Amino acid sequence: MAEFLQLVFSGLTIGAVYALVALGFTLVYNASDVINFAQGDFVMIGGMGTVFLMAAGLSLPVAAMIAIVAAVLVGLLLHRLAIEPARGASPVSLIMITIGASIFIKGVAQLVFDKQFHSLPAFSGTAPIAIGGATILPQSFWVIGGMFCVVAGLWLFLEKTLIGKAVLATAANRLAARLVGINVTVVLALAFGLSAAIGAVGGILVTPITLTRYDVGTLFALKGFAAAMVGGMGNPIGAVVGGLLIGLMEAFGAGYLSSTYKDAVAFVAILVVLLVMPQGLFGRRAVERV
Amino acid sequence: MTILQVNDLGITFGGLRAVDGVSFQVSLGEVFSIIGPNGAGKTTLFNLVTGIYRAGRGSIRLAGEDVTQLAPHLLVRRGMARTFQNLQIFFRMTAIENVMVGNHLSERTSLLADLFALPSVARQNRRTRERALELLERVGLAHHAETTAGELSYGVLKRLEIARALAADPKVLLLDEPAAGCNAVETEAIDRLIGQIAESGVAVVLIEHDMKLVMKISDRVLVLAHGKRLAEGSPRVVRNDPAVVAAYLGEHGAREADRAHG
Amino acid sequence: MLRKILSSRIAVLLLLAAMIAIVPVLAPSSFYLRVAALVWIFGLAALGLTILTGYAGQVSLGHAGFLGIGAYAVAVGPAKLGLDPLLSLLLGAVLCGLVAYAVGKPILRLKGYYLAIATLGFGLIVALVLTSEGAITGGPDGMQVPRVVLFGWRIAGVVPWYWISGGALLIGALLALNILASPSGRALRALHDSEVAAAGVGVDVAAKKLAAFVISGVYAGVAGSLLALMNGFITPEAAGFMHSIELVAMVIIGGLGSVVGAVVGAAFLVVLPQALTVLQEYEQAVLGLLIMVFMIVLPAGIVPSLRRLVLERAA
Repeated sequence: MAEFLQLVFSGLTIGAVYALVALGFTLVYNASDVINFAQGDFVMIGGMGTVFLMAAGLSLPVAAMIAIVAAVLVGLLLHRLAIEPARGASPVSLIMITIGASIFIKGVAQLVFDKQFHSLPAFSGTAPIAIGGATILPQSFWVIGGMFCVVAGLWLFLEKTLIGKAVLATAANRLAARLVGINVTVVLALAFGLSAAIGAVGGILVTPITLTRYDVGTLFALKGFAAAMVGGMGNPIGAVVGGLLIGLMEAFGAGYLSSTYKDAVAFVAILVVLLVMPQGLFGRRAVERV
Repeated sequence: MTILQVNDLGITFGGLRAVDGVSFQVSLGEVFSIIGPNGAGKTTLFNLVTGIYRAGRGSIRLAGEDVTQLAPHLLVRRGMARTFQNLQIFFRMTAIENVMVGNHLSERTSLLADLFALPSVARQNRRTRERALELLERVGLAHHAETTAGELSYGVLKRLEIARALAADPKVLLLDEPAAGCNAVETEAIDRLIGQIAESGVAVVLIEHDMKLVMKISDRVLVLAHGKRLAEGSPRVVRNDPAVVAAYLGEHGAREADRAHG
Repeated sequence: MLRKILSSRIAVLLLLAAMIAIVPVLAPSSFYLRVAALVWIFGLAALGLTILTGYAGQVSLGHAGFLGIGAYAVAVGPAKLGLDPLLSLLLGAVLCGLVAYAVGKPILRLKGYYLAIATLGFGLIVALVLTSEGAITGGPDGMQVPRVVLFGWRIAGVVPWYWISGGALLIGALLALNILASPSGRALRALHDSEVAAAGVGVDVAAKKLAAFVISGVYAGVAGSLLALMNGFITPEAAGFMHSIELVAMVIIGGLGSVVGAVVGAAFLVVLPQALTVLQEYEQAVLGLLIMVFMIVLPAGIVPSLRRLVLERAA
């Protein structure tokens, strides 16, 4: 039981970060049908940015804020300089552009930062807290709590603000949104900016536990993409559930089966889910309209 | 001779009975039209009959055999072909290639033969191309043969879909609004084409909103409303059915139908 | 007329043959030949994806898995099972076909991004197995690949592998072009545009997709075997996620569905990183930048975009 609980804690912690990355995928996908493969690199920018700003003498909150702003800037620039000029290209071409962007960001990160692994100090100490025979790091609470704050904030933004509703309307029907006067370009820019911020937050929260390096983005993109798909592409709730699920599968896989094959366990689970529910857990079931 | 026999067919989408116990029969050489207001379940009925949706209840018999749960590509094998309300064209292929795909079932090559381009493949390609060209001529599109389908106009694509469906050599041909979005000249051409197809012994099942066209070329008409059969019979009978006139053709439609026959 | 010539089978094959013939004349150093041979090998793998993704429109983010299976077949076969290397290559290709069949049968029901993630999972699992089963595969450090001995002639060095891989590319291109101009090819292209309509004229959509998946898996497998045989050494990195992405990138950058495009795309992603090594630490940033610029300027891919330009000029 204690072991089970331990695995749940570690699964939820890493799953929360996957959930944040998946949320970023979802935002951009809903606004454009594009999978932004540079999504994971925002996680890296958040973590690495904070590390280097703190090394330059800034306090954690200030460094984190600046790192998030930097990630948002990168997201907006990516949209303005790479996605917007290719407007009208097929989703495949746009995805290729984001893959190029991901390589580019990693390349620049090598130059701006370095090629070493880095860590951040835990936000509120490293003394483990015992719960039901298992122990949990205080930082895990930060990660899981942070994830829920982001989800709540995003929900408030989408449901309660006019511009948030424009984002939702665009996700529901792009043409109709354009017809009622919503500037779809602005919505897409917003989606890129928001997803960058969300990714960066995840990166800052998790770096004290998992370390960070210029190329950690690939792994997060992979897991976040998987999370978004298993939850049902385009559904924010699905993204969160999918992220937590993949985190848990990995933890259980590592704990009960084999630590070398923990990724395989997660992906076999994904395959099983998709074969039973080809649109993911919360995806819209498409009735073929012909 | 009855070729298609639909019995008590039904499907439900989230509580809505989109098609609710519909039965009808169609004979070879006949033009059988299905009309009804938007949302009456006409296209859903087509999707059920052609195997795209699984029927919740009822049965479909094609040439006397039960085909109710058969997948679309297997139904074609037994002689059922269709066109689509929203164009389902192979947009990146040329017009003639579209029709050549329609010949798929009569093509006698294997994957390995295709990979190694055995002489049989070249022979088959020639045969398929000749046949596709004949069909394009039949629908009046031979001059567009080498044009990419994505560059053709809506009205032209409607006829291209008919040619593609004919390539499968159907006994039953289901046409979903073939004249929608076509101008008067194009509608006239489709009108003639449908007549010819029926004359050649094919059973034509037609969904169409152009009442003039329906009343003119149909042998029998089925009126659907809210997924149910409201009336069935010759155009004259249906047109004069008070329930149909009141509820579904409306005054305007009735007048138009009168004009078509007057 | 020009359109006919540009798309004729013989013209494409002659063009590729000319490219293969001219490299040793222009750049006879073993370094350049090795890079060019890598282009032919990855071009072959990309051609498989041209059939799967370009013709049939089905995305795979796990094809490096087949590359890995093919590569390890020629390493493990001779070293652990005592098989002849060429027989191992054949068995590797057959194995790739069987694995593609077994994996493709359930997952090809998935569409679009869902298929992408399922194939990604497949590739990841292959890479994990190759890394973790060290007793057979040598683990993360990889293993030696024995030299091929053909009729007493030991095939070593770059030059023979250059010609072998060039020949393999030509055969691969020929088969891909054959498929394109056949009933099967038309069926694949048709289901790319509309699965419903393709099924509506009798195309067995599931079977055709599976056939394309199996063929593309065998292409990647043979490419993997050639890669391992030429290098004489193989690591699990061959099956890595980044390689899968690279393969997809090759067909998209070159031009989806174009046979020449697959080879041009392979050249882009093989030659460019080599050329950019002079930039040292700027290499990765410049590579990413170039990919973005090319896709923004030529969104349909290099070959189709240039082809259109030539046709417009001529018209």
